Amino acid sequence: MKILYFAWMRQRIGLSSETVELPADVATVDGLIDWLIGRGEGYGAAFEKRDVIRAAVNQDYVPFDHPVADGDEIAFFPPVTGG
Amino acid sequence: MIRVQEDDFDIGVEIAALTAEKTTIGGVATFTGLVRDMAPVDGADQPVSAMTLEHYPGMTEKKLGEIEAEANRRWPLDASLIIHRYGRLEPGDQIVLVACASAHRQAAFDACQFLMDWLKTDAPFWKLEDTDAGGVWVETRATDDAAAARWKRESEPGE
Repeated sequence: MKILYFAWMRQRIGLSSETVELPADVATVDGLIDWLIGRGEGYGAAFEKRDVIRAAVNQDYVPFDHPVADGDEIAFFPPVTGG
Repeated sequence: MIRVQEDDFDIGVEIAALTAEKTTIGGVATFTGLVRDMAPVDGADQPVSAMTLEHYPGMTEKKLGEIEAEANRRWPLDASLIIHRYGRLEPGDQIVLVACASAHRQAAFDACQFLMDWLKTDAPFWKLEDTDAGGVWVETRATDDAAAARWKRESEPGE
């Protein structure tokens, strides 16, 4: 699975993208966040405000109870500020 | 039409291309977003020396395409265009262009506002402003959410 991070989430984690093997017990975006937070301090800081950040699966916005599967492109980012 | 690019654009050239040989068009409404030289940081305005726009290649084009398609479903447009820049920009630089052409002005004005309002809340761009206090990520404004919410219907783009 490919995971992408943008803006201050990218800075806090120190990566713009990574490829991970999805653990068998991770079924949703929420579960993925819980697992990522366990990987290190940067992740904890990036996912600190879970009610603020947004998630996309295969380039569509999704709620955090959305399922995730190996082969998905998942992205995490702060609220968007274009225009 | 959607374009996501680092380069600047020329509004006159873009409008001429958009309306070329389409004589059913009665009017073109456009909005151009520019980089401001001041931004609120912790409640106080700070000078901004530059801005870097980051985006999500792929999803950006997808979301802008969906927003544009929705505008064309809602209003009788003869042509529409969204150009959004990314990369490093300085105060006064152009960031975004939205143009909508229609037989009559109301559809063109309304579609133009709709595109800008939805683009602000849906297109995956993030602004990092260079200020005296260092790099500051721009935060969303409640007024932007409210502006997008007034267009809400059962079928929303991007959700």
